[in-house]
Amino acid sequence: MTIALVDCESFYASCETVFRPDLKGKPVVVLSNNDGCVIARSIEAKQLGVAMGIPWFKIREDYLKKGGIVFSSNYAFYGDMSSRVMSILRSLCPKMECYSIDEAFLDMTDLASHYDLYEFGCYIRSVTKQWVGIPVRIAIGPTKTLAKVAAYQIKRRDLPSKVMIIDSHNRIDMLRSTPIREIWGIGSRLSHHLHGMGIDNAYALANSNIATMRKRFSVVIERMIRELNGEPCIGLEESPSPRKQIIVSRSLRSPITRVEEARMPLSNFVARAAEKLRSEYQHCQRMSIFIRTNRFSNHRQAYIADQQTFPVPTNDSRLMLRTANGMLNKIFRKGYRYSKLGVILDDCTLVSSVQGDLFLAQDTHASKLMQSIDQMNQKGARIFFASQHGTFSYPRNQQQVSQRYTTCWEELPTVS
Amino acid sequence: MLLPFYLGPAYVGFPSPASDYMEHPIDLNEHLIKNRTATFLLRAKGVSMIGACIADGAVLVVDRSMTPIHGDIVIASIDGDIVCKRLLLRPQAVLQSEHPDYPPIMISDCADVELMGKVTAVINQFK
Repeated sequence: MTIALVDCESFYASCETVFRPDLKGKPVVVLSNNDGCVIARSIEAKQLGVAMGIPWFKIREDYLKKGGIVFSSNYAFYGDMSSRVMSILRSLCPKMECYSIDEAFLDMTDLASHYDLYEFGCYIRSVTKQWVGIPVRIAIGPTKTLAKVAAYQIKRRDLPSKVMIIDSHNRIDMLRSTPIREIWGIGSRLSHHLHGMGIDNAYALANSNIATMRKRFSVVIERMIRELNGEPCIGLEESPSPRKQIIVSRSLRSPITRVEEARMPLSNFVARAAEKLRSEYQHCQRMSIFIRTNRFSNHRQAYIADQQTFPVPTNDSRLMLRTANGMLNKIFRKGYRYSKLGVILDDCTLVSSVQGDLFLAQDTHASKLMQSIDQMNQKGARIFFASQHGTFSYPRNQQQVSQRYTTCWEELPTVS
Repeated sequence: MLLPFYLGPAYVGFPSPASDYMEHPIDLNEHLIKNRTATFLLRAKGVSMIGACIADGAVLVVDRSMTPIHGDIVIASIDGDIVCKRLLLRPQAVLQSEHPDYPPIMISDCADVELMGKVTAVINQFK
């Protein structure tokens, strides 16, 4: 097999500069929802030493003094730019998996015999840069895991061509210089365990004993070892599998101390999550809620959560709101200043694949009702449940959001 | 999605003679946009291109995948500004406005010039 991993360089930051050539060469960072943390950095921002994930308030003053540029996240714009990049990639290589908003795997096995892979990689890069203005890196290898290793090596070696092929000639060299925590699928805990066993780079892992490792850890690590040795074990997921989990959570603009204050935002998040669930024709089996204090404040800290399993998977907003508010009443504790809450829907499955419960009548009225509400809301109506207090806009605190350049007539980029 | 439908009532007796000649309704996107992925819409500000029928507030259809040639109207970034001008490569490379008050910009005088795409259509809307 020949797998290419294409990933966009500093994607959100790159998007922000496409219609802002005046920002070329300047440090640019993009912040998470509610301007919480840094989630993307231009090369210049990285060179300034801005760390990924650092809370904005910690660097704000210093960063702005150094002439840094900051944006709130603008997902309407990033989403459109992402779909443009993906559509270019699909036109060049139809066997493709969109892995995330800024990464895709391409199965180039069929192309490998007709094209020089390095030149093909350079071509992909020039087309995305010219057509959409987004620079990409192309890492090519015989398996997904090795392509990921090549992607790491492009960053580590700071290759100007941004194209890297891992093959039998350079594999050992590349694996030796790839630390264990940089291997695809290895988290911090596993990496800690492996370090303890003296396995500290990808080459050591590739040469470890498969049977022992499988016994000690799991089949996941066996796949990793095989993939590092060039044996494909992880296939391309060409059609996206339905989401297994939906999370809706936000930081609140001002902290809350009473349960009544939590009800409205929580109900809004639950209603939003239920709507997302239905838009993907799914039900969920389990719902969790959480509420927590600001990790960075000096007040007393608390993180409380609860979960409940539904007897039959559901996507009925009424049941979900009742359940969520019931859990909130049960777990809420006074004496804390809560600043964030959210809802998580787990074990989501397609509606058609749900096993009915013989003893619980399926409520077809409910699904019709939900469908009608969703349709009316999509057409601009505002149908909501009483506990939402009639508001659909959760408090947003986004100071520096750029224009929706490509999705809104009023916000098109202007030229003189 | 655009769904075609038959003009006129359904005939119970003799079938509509038009039913064999069904075509899709005209789609402006199809006419104006050849490469959707590489096409962006921009809004013109000012009258520097009025001679090329680009009025203040016009929507420009810009295809980034087309390589501009001599005489094309282009979008370029010049030292940090995005401009719409006519590209002339002969006798020397200039970006020219279509208005007597705006002098041509010599490309050799600019520190940083990048052609961002070719303007393939302009949409002037009457109020």
